Amino acid sequence: MIDSRFYGAGFPYMNISEMPGKLIVLEGNDGVGRSTQMELLKQWLEVEGYGVSNTGLARSPLTQPGLDEAKAGHTLGRLTMNLFYATDFADRLENHIIPALSAGFCVLSDRYFYSIIARNVVRGADPEWARKVYGFALKPDIIFYLKANIDNLVKRVLRGRGFDYWESGMDVRFADNLYDSFVKYQNQLTRQFNKMSKEFGFVTIDANRSVQEIFEDLKSHTKKLLEKN
Amino acid sequence: MLQPNEYKGKLIVVEGIDGSGKSTQINLLYKWLQSLDKDVFFSEWNSSKMVKSTTRLGKKKQTLTPTTFSLIQATDFADRWENLFLPLLKAGIIVLADRYAFTAFARDVSRGVDPQWVRNLYSFAIQPDVTFYFSVPLEVAVNRILGSRAKIKYYEAGKDLGLSNDTVTSFRMFQERILNQYEGMSEEFGFTAIDGNLPLEVKQQQMRKIISEKILNK
Repeated sequence: MIDSRFYGAGFPYMNISEMPGKLIVLEGNDGVGRSTQMELLKQWLEVEGYGVSNTGLARSPLTQPGLDEAKAGHTLGRLTMNLFYATDFADRLENHIIPALSAGFCVLSDRYFYSIIARNVVRGADPEWARKVYGFALKPDIIFYLKANIDNLVKRVLRGRGFDYWESGMDVRFADNLYDSFVKYQNQLTRQFNKMSKEFGFVTIDANRSVQEIFEDLKSHTKKLLEKN
Repeated sequence: MLQPNEYKGKLIVVEGIDGSGKSTQINLLYKWLQSLDKDVFFSEWNSSKMVKSTTRLGKKKQTLTPTTFSLIQATDFADRWENLFLPLLKAGIIVLADRYAFTAFARDVSRGVDPQWVRNLYSFAIQPDVTFYFSVPLEVAVNRILGSRAKIKYYEAGKDLGLSNDTVTSFRMFQERILNQYEGMSEEFGFTAIDGNLPLEVKQQQMRKIISEKILNK
């Protein structure tokens, strides 16, 4: 029996009844302003009277210590990294996201598995394999894709926390310096996001605008989603 | 769903439920190949350093679900694949593996994950040149384990499935499921079945003969 709430087989051994909550995902490149918008959405939803629970990649208590340790070394292979992230994702889905949705919470997810797939594919993974790995994943109620030009991304990252080794794709050495590697890597990620946009039904939000303008857009889409009930 | 072996090296695998006698046999095979001066490497299941701390954490806190259990094992396997199996096979070495992806297929599907989903996780790995499957009656294997081991661990007994509160009963029921999975995979993955009821040295002779024909004289 196929449960259409999932992308593939889901969790066949689990009996998941109605989930009254909403799963809201924010996707997009590094430096696009996801965390700022997550914070604004959370505050607004709470004022409106909704229970909110946050999640994001690599935050599961099961895998976080091991994953941090593995990323600090130099022998973490591509396949191993993919599957490690999938473990983290599954742990959060089963032990956090699904219970929160069942209890009626709005779950705000900073990235979902689309980012993981984009990163994997840019690093040479088979796109079909990567998608099938996430056959257990729940389909979100809405997926916002925050899309900004690379020039804006670079400026934001530089003004903020600066270039990060992984966000610049330095593990695959797209270039011999952080700036060029960041630009090439993020451009390739954007290409992957654009490809997935239709496949997974992303709602694209122009993230070249001000924080407030972006937020107004997110708010109006989210309002409509919540009014549907 | 596994890839064909296009490397210089060879892969020989033993599979079967706990207590089927496969570890003893692969050990003897390893000694024999070494005595013949072959380039040979022996690898056990579940031994990657990188993933060990995570697996230990999940087992200790008993927070692993069938899906995360399956994924953490696949992560572990991928690490050994990328850092061990693949370089060894490329270098032309004979790799002996005590358990392989089939162990994961049997256990994870017994825990309730989707059979096709878990096969896809491992689809980067190669189909072994020879997979010896040790076929033994359930009771024989279970009694061997119960007689030799002081305590059966939580996940080993499949207690996460809630089959029975009694560890031994749970272990027996879990092993039965795994056995059924193995039997079903035999044809799918071309297992070479070895009758577990035969005397130990007879089984070894059969295996050496097959290895001579399929691997050494090629």
